[in-house]
Amino acid sequence: MKTTRKILSMLMALTMIVALAAIGGTAYADGAIKIGGTGPLTGGAAIYGNAVKNAAQIAVDEINAQGGLQFELRYEDDQHDAEKAVNAYNTLKDWGMQISLSSVTSKPAEATSVEAYTDRVFSITPSASSTATTEGKDNVYQMCFIDPAQGTMAAQTIAAKGFGSKIAVIWKNDDVYSSGIHETFVAEAAEQGLEIVSDTTFADGNNTDFSVQIADAQSKGADLVFLPMYYDAASLILTQADNVGYYPAWFGVDGMDGILSLEGFDTDLAEGVYLLTPFNAWATDERTAAFVAKYQELYNEVPNQFAADAYDCVYAFAQACEAAGVSADMSREEICEAMIAQFSTMSFDGLTGSGATWDVETGRVTKEPIVVIITDGIYVTVD
Amino acid sequence: MSFLNYLISGISLGSIYAIIALGYTMVYGIAKMLNFAHGDVIMVGAYVCFFAAAKYNLPPAIGILAAVLVCTTLGIVIEKLAYKPLRQATSLAVLITAIGVSYFLQNAALLLWSSSPKVFPNFFAQQTVNEAGKKIKITGFQLFGGQLRISYVTLVTIAACLVIMAALLLFINHTKLGKAMRACSEDKGAAQLMGINVDATISLTFAIGSGLAAVAGVLLCSAYPTLVPTTGSMPGIKAFTAAVFGGIGSIPGALLGGLLLGVIEIMAKAYISTQMSDAVVFLVLIVVLLVKPAGLLGKKVREKV
Repeated sequence: MKTTRKILSMLMALTMIVALAAIGGTAYADGAIKIGGTGPLTGGAAIYGNAVKNAAQIAVDEINAQGGLQFELRYEDDQHDAEKAVNAYNTLKDWGMQISLSSVTSKPAEATSVEAYTDRVFSITPSASSTATTEGKDNVYQMCFIDPAQGTMAAQTIAAKGFGSKIAVIWKNDDVYSSGIHETFVAEAAEQGLEIVSDTTFADGNNTDFSVQIADAQSKGADLVFLPMYYDAASLILTQADNVGYYPAWFGVDGMDGILSLEGFDTDLAEGVYLLTPFNAWATDERTAAFVAKYQELYNEVPNQFAADAYDCVYAFAQACEAAGVSADMSREEICEAMIAQFSTMSFDGLTGSGATWDVETGRVTKEPIVVIITDGIYVTVD
Repeated sequence: MSFLNYLISGISLGSIYAIIALGYTMVYGIAKMLNFAHGDVIMVGAYVCFFAAAKYNLPPAIGILAAVLVCTTLGIVIEKLAYKPLRQATSLAVLITAIGVSYFLQNAALLLWSSSPKVFPNFFAQQTVNEAGKKIKITGFQLFGGQLRISYVTLVTIAACLVIMAALLLFINHTKLGKAMRACSEDKGAAQLMGINVDATISLTFAIGSGLAAVAGVLLCSAYPTLVPTTGSMPGIKAFTAAVFGGIGSIPGALLGGLLLGVIEIMAKAYISTQMSDAVVFLVLIVVLLVKPAGLLGKKVREKV
C-alpha cells in the first residue's frame, strides 16, 4: 500500500514538472520581449549586481512608457559564483528569456555565455570585462571595455596629455584585472616614451601596508603613480602617501570609480586623482543628468559606471530591435540572428560614450574613454 | 635612513600581528584549540567601534569600550554554542567548527553591514591648520628633519602589546583564576577532580581572548583603515603564523613572533621583491620550524608513554 502511494505521488510530481516545463516553453507571445540577466544581488559583490539591475529596470520602464516596443526584465541572483550563475541562467531560460544581459561579473559571465552560445540567446554584458567572456562566441557582446584595453588607453592618455613622464606602477599580482592592465600599460608606455621608474606589487595577504611601495616610487622620483586596482586598496595608498608627505599625480582606471562614495574616506585625499572611466555621473549633458536624477530619486545614491553600462545595454537592445523589426512572438534563435546582424553594423550613442561600435569577431566594443579629474569631490571631465 | 624607515614600518606592521597573535596564543595555550574565528571577532570589534565613533559620534574611548564589551559577549556566546558541545570531540572537529564560525561571522557581517568598504577614523591623529590655512592631520612624529617617521598608532600599538602581555603574564602566573587556567591547560580531567570548574575557566579564556581581539581590531583599523567583512581574516592568518613562529602557547613568543614577522615581511618587500615577500616570510617560518619545531620561545613537551 505504502509503495503504491509513493509511486503514485512520484508520478504526480513528474506530470506536474512536465506540465510546468511545457508552460515555460510556450510562454513567448505575450507582447513584451523578455530580457534576462544574472548578477550578484546578494553577497560580497552585491553593489555591482544591484546597480546593474536597478539601472536596467529604469531603462526598460522608460522604453515601455514610450509605447511601441515593450520589454520585460527579470534578474536572478548569482552571488558572483559561476555555478549559481548557470542555475540562474537556466531559471531565466525556463521563464522564456529571449535576449540576455549575460552576467554582471566576469567569472559568472564566462560560464553563462557558454550556455547562451549553445542556446542561441543573444547576449550583451554590461560589465563583465574579461576577454574569455566573448571569445569564440558570435552572439555574446560587451558594453564595457576589456581589461587589457584600459592599460593601453591609460598610457596613451598620460603621454598625450603630459600628466607625467616618470611613472611608478603599483599593482596587485594575484588579480587578473590588475595584472592584465599592468601588462598592457607597461608595453604601451614603452611605445609612448614614458619611463617606468618603479614597478611594485601587492597581493591579498599583504594588502594593508604600502610603505615600501610608496617609498620606492618616491625615492625614484616618480611624478605620476599609476594604480590599476580597485578603490579600496587605492584609498589605503592615498592615505599612506599623505602620511609620508608624498604628492605625485595619481592615475587610476575604472576600478577607482567608487572612491568618492567610500564611507568615512577623507575625499580631500582623492583631490586631483585622474581616472579613466566610461561614465561621469556629474557630466552636465541632458541624458546623463536625467538618468542620474532618476536613479537618485529611486535608489537614493549616485549611479556608478556599472549602472550606466546596463542602462546603455537596454537602449542598445531597443535600437537594434527597432531597426530589425524584432517582435515579442519571435523565437530566441530568430532574434539572435537579427541582433547579430544589427550589432555588427550599428553605431550606438549612450551614456558611456558616443559612436560605440562592436567588433563582429570578438564582440568587443570600441568607444572613446573619458578621462576625469576629481575636483572638489566630483568628477570633472578633462578635455 | 631608508633602512630605519623600513624597520619602523616593519615594527608597526609587526606590532599589529603581535597584538592579534596574543589572543590566538592565549586561547591555544589554555583551551588547546585553534580559534580560527579570532580574526573575524577582530572584524566585529572594528565594526562596533566604527559605528560608535563615526555614526553616533561617541568619543573613541567609549567606542573601544563598546567594542570590547560586544566582542567579549560574542566570544562567550560562540564558546557556549559552538565549542562547548564539542568538549569531548576530537580536536579536528573543533578546528572545523572554528572555521565554520569564521565563515558565519564573515557572512553575517556581509548581511548586516554590506560589502562596501568603510574607512575607519584615525583616533591617533591631531587635526591642525598649516601656514596656508589648510586643514591637515598630523599622524606621527618626524625625526631628523622629517627623514624618519614614527606614527602615533605604532607607538600606541607597541605600548598596548607590552601592557597586555605583562597583564596576561601576571594574571596567568599570579592569580587564582590564572592558576586554574594553567591547571586546565595541563590536564582538564585532573583539574576537574581538584575542584576547578573547567567550563567556566575555558569560557573566561574565550572572554579575555575576544576582548583582546576587540582592542586588536581597533588598532588594526587605525593603522590600515579600510574596513570590510573580510578585514580580519588575512591578518588573522598572518598573526596565527606569528604565534606559531614565536611558539604557540607562549605569550612573550607571540610578541616576538609578531614583530619578527612584520619586520621580515617589510624587509623582504624592500630588499628582495614586492612579489616575493610572502614567499620569503613563509620560507623563514619553515626554516625556523625545521630547526626549532616548537617555535622560537615554545616549550618542548615530552610525551610520556
